[in-house]
Amino acid sequence: MQVAERPLVNLALVRWHLTASALFMAVSMLGGLAYAFQFNQLYPFPGVEWLSPGRVRMVHTNIAAYGFIANAFIAGLLFAIPRLTRKPILSDQLGWVIFAAWQLVLVLTVVGMLAGYGQAVEWGETPVFVDPLVLLGLVLLVINMSVPIFRTEEAGLYVSLWYFLAAFAWTGLVYFMGNYLPQFWVPGTAGAAITGLFIHDLVGLFVTPIGWGLMYFFVPLLLRKPIWSHALSLIGFWGIAFFYPMQGVHHFLLSPIPMYAQYGAIVATIAVEIVVLTVIVNFFGTLHGRSEAVRGNLAIRWFYTGMIMYTLTCLQCAFQVTLTFQKIIHFTDWVVAHAHMVMFGVFGFWIYGFFVELWPRAWGRPWVMPRLLTAHYWLTLIGLALMVIDLTGAGLVQGFIWRSLGHWGESVLASMPFWWVRTLSGLMIIGAQGFFFYALWATARGPVPARVPLPVGVATEPIG
Amino acid sequence: MEKFGASFLIAGIVTFFLGFFLQGVMPVLTLSSIPTRSVEDVAQNVIPQFEQLATDYPEEFSRFFGKPDAASFAKALVIGRDAYVAEACWHCHSQFVRPVSNEDLRFGPVSTPEEYQNLMNLPHLFGTRRVGPDLIRLSGRYSNDWHAAHLFKPTNVAPYSVMPAYPWFFDEKKRPNERGLALIAYLQWLGSWVDEAAPTSSR
Repeated sequence: MQVAERPLVNLALVRWHLTASALFMAVSMLGGLAYAFQFNQLYPFPGVEWLSPGRVRMVHTNIAAYGFIANAFIAGLLFAIPRLTRKPILSDQLGWVIFAAWQLVLVLTVVGMLAGYGQAVEWGETPVFVDPLVLLGLVLLVINMSVPIFRTEEAGLYVSLWYFLAAFAWTGLVYFMGNYLPQFWVPGTAGAAITGLFIHDLVGLFVTPIGWGLMYFFVPLLLRKPIWSHALSLIGFWGIAFFYPMQGVHHFLLSPIPMYAQYGAIVATIAVEIVVLTVIVNFFGTLHGRSEAVRGNLAIRWFYTGMIMYTLTCLQCAFQVTLTFQKIIHFTDWVVAHAHMVMFGVFGFWIYGFFVELWPRAWGRPWVMPRLLTAHYWLTLIGLALMVIDLTGAGLVQGFIWRSLGHWGESVLASMPFWWVRTLSGLMIIGAQGFFFYALWATARGPVPARVPLPVGVATEPIG
Repeated sequence: MEKFGASFLIAGIVTFFLGFFLQGVMPVLTLSSIPTRSVEDVAQNVIPQFEQLATDYPEEFSRFFGKPDAASFAKALVIGRDAYVAEACWHCHSQFVRPVSNEDLRFGPVSTPEEYQNLMNLPHLFGTRRVGPDLIRLSGRYSNDWHAAHLFKPTNVAPYSVMPAYPWFFDEKKRPNERGLALIAYLQWLGSWVDEAAPTSSR
């Protein structure tokens, strides 16, 4: 049979999605840095319409989500799903079509937003004319990736695949809801409720389930032991699936949206933070007895650092969602700190872990200069920690000055030192990526070993 | 086996729609008793600042908008709103006043859902961050000239400002062009429906 002769994992697709992810990460970070300089009144391109800070901010956030994170997640799915199901993806040609379409979407998104066609939907600023192409790409991706899951002859579906299947159902629905309803049909306050749902679901129903699904795949694989508790995996999955989709309004607390929706969102948010603790306990239970791997295995170190960040953000979320906290912190840099801790500190860090594991496999070459990767880890971690602490403090200062009815300029002037530290922390993070890019480049261009040391493209022992 | 896999797809769809109903459809139903006003309807009440723009910048105004009437005001509101969206102004300026933290003292009356039930708020522009102040009670706070000077170079009127300059809203003679006039009209419109003496809400 033709299918049986294909290699299980298409490593070329993994390779190019990872490469695209790294390049878009650079675009996103440089955009973020330029935007940070605006707050020091030192914007590098003043008066240039196409590089106006407001437009560049949209590039920073959207390319982080759809360029850096989505590309790396597709690479992870391309690697994990065939190995979990022992079936290749539906079609390699379709995989290349999706790859090309997705990069086209990203380039059109950047050009469109810089040209002034950004959409007023947070995390969905993708211009209106690009949205159909995004949806088409998502549908094709779901078809290509879910066929092996339905064709598998394995005795049971592993927890990773639960998350992937649920995410496949969620992502297209979420994208359609958020980009079309508030734009064309639902104006005003009710539209805000739907936008809140979109902001939340993009993180909760696309990034989170695929991220955790890949954790359930990579962590037991690298630790060479099964996940600690199947029961906790079940509770975690169903808890997230049930509570995560019903808390969108918590992005617009104390707004004109009906209060019952706001209270519902708050209760569901606190509930999901309790539920995700089961997931975290499960992973630390898995690590128990193998904790030396955090030192010896850089991918594991990235994964567990991300999980600690995840624990911190969830804990923070359970408090900041209350109306008491909202009085002060809403609209401040506190929220910006929170967003960076989630999107970069958790998912970005996990993606670095995927890179550490997958980049040498995808290129068939061992890491050149692995010490650069260690430097990358420490500098990125310290940079992000500095940014989060700094902006959290800035948020409190801003919130209390506003409440005390100080002149608006007072809050801006008081924020200036914090914004300098933020720029510095951004420079640290970008400096760290310098090491990372050099290591990626040197490895990809490095010598191919005489014998391939890694079992690429073959099914290994079943997991779990 | 295939049924087992499908159950997770179905779980995804069911939980999505459950959440969508609770957090999306129910607010829509609650607010559906408020009639949605068209842009033309909203623009029937031509604000004095728009008429003032026609005397401030007579040449530019007549070239782009003709006479200051309801039709030209509707046109200006849409162009101004689109410029506000294109520049992502809503990333740094919110458009709702909360009933906490003395915001009613700082900005004005607390926001109510009726204010947003019109097609100028398709999409809504509630905003996400306040680097600068909230704008939903901006109408009449500053003159048209102040807005022109501020948009051209914010630090001219507020030295501490971290807002970018928008020279592309002005022509070679540094007078506002079509987008500039429209944006000023839009900003002056924000909150023009609220009578400061009689707050719309007692909350």
